[in-house]
Amino acid sequence: MSVVYQKSRGLTDVSTHYCPGCTHGIIHKLVAECLVELDILEKSIGVAPVGCAVLAYDYFNCDMQEAAHGRAPAVGTGIKRVQPDKFVFTYQGDGDLASIGSNEIVQVAHRGEKISTIFVNNAIYGMTGGQMAPTTLIGQKTTTCQDGRKEELAGKPIKISEMLATIDGAKYIARVSVDSPAHIRQAKKAIMRAFQTQLEGKGFSLVEVISSCPTNWGKSPVEALNWLRDNMIPYYPLGVYKDWEAE
Amino acid sequence: MAKGKTTFDELLCKGCGLCVEVCPQKIIAIKKDYVTSKGYHPAYVTDSEKCTGCANCAIMCPDSAITVERD
Ligand SMILES: Cc1ncc(C[n+]2csc(CCOP(=O)(O)OP(=O)(O)O)c2C)c(N)n1
Ligand code: SF4
Ligand code: SF4
Ligand code: SF4
Repeated sequence: MSVVYQKSRGLTDVSTHYCPGCTHGIIHKLVAECLVELDILEKSIGVAPVGCAVLAYDYFNCDMQEAAHGRAPAVGTGIKRVQPDKFVFTYQGDGDLASIGSNEIVQVAHRGEKISTIFVNNAIYGMTGGQMAPTTLIGQKTTTCQDGRKEELAGKPIKISEMLATIDGAKYIARVSVDSPAHIRQAKKAIMRAFQTQLEGKGFSLVEVISSCPTNWGKSPVEALNWLRDNMIPYYPLGVYKDWEAE
Repeated sequence: MAKGKTTFDELLCKGCGLCVEVCPQKIIAIKKDYVTSKGYHPAYVTDSEKCTGCANCAIMCPDSAITVERD
């Protein structure tokens, strides 16, 4: 018998602090597997966010830098500009990227910065205990909208992929999910494409990953993925929103 | 002879149950009467003869706790 699946060497031996069944862990695996399969782990520098993934620097088996809340794209820009031969990625949640860091992500795309972003959209602020995020769905209950998000008060949930796809400097934008083995395989292909976009020097790339937060959604890991399928995917359609090769 | 073989790393498993849901052979369960040193009820294979080595369980595991071998 031969090994067909094992823990990626793109990850360290550390056991993560993520809650049981949190899909941050699946997304970490995919990023790590892509870095190994593209043979760029040794020249990769990742930028960790503020949010549940704040300790990602302990989990990815490459050089890592922590950034202030929402500022990973600016930090990634600096790293890439002084070390253009390195592969640079940011890993950011929806509070980090779509709220406090919304300006940073728009500007990094506008500049066509040659870095790649993994955007984890779990429709809530996980780390701080479940507050409303810009991505929280209408009617979804959080600690800061206890009767559910209302459009009159908070507007509709922000669609980052659709928005960034309108920007010239963004060369690859896709939205994927990790709720099933089939979707996980598709997600990996998208991350591969995003990373190749940078390696070929085309410009900015981002993959939005629809993710779960069982703890703050108040659901079991399995129920959380059912909720994600029934509620998040209809509002956040999966697909490739921009691809330089198709243009 | 089983076509596939799965090994679970008890120190990585958090007993989340996601692997249980995606196994097409329905041969993964959670050990309710046992607690790991990390404080979780871990996953295990109930009937190893039926494993096809499809790796669905391992692909789904957020904690990379599963290694899969296949013929
Ligand atoms: C400048 C600043 N403002 C606010 C916070 C508090 N804070 C920490 S994490 C976070 C939001 C995290 O949510 P998200 O980015 O969605 O990541 P998740 O935890 O859900 O993975 C906030 C508001 C902070 N650490 N720094
Ligand atoms: S709080 Fe939510 S996002 Fe954070 S580790 Fe737990 S389940 Fe994951
Ligand atoms: S998916 Fe992984 S962590 Fe969750 S129960 Fe199965 S082996 Fe354990
Ligand atoms: S490899 Fe496939 S058949 Fe075997 S335990 Fe995992 S999911 Fe089930």
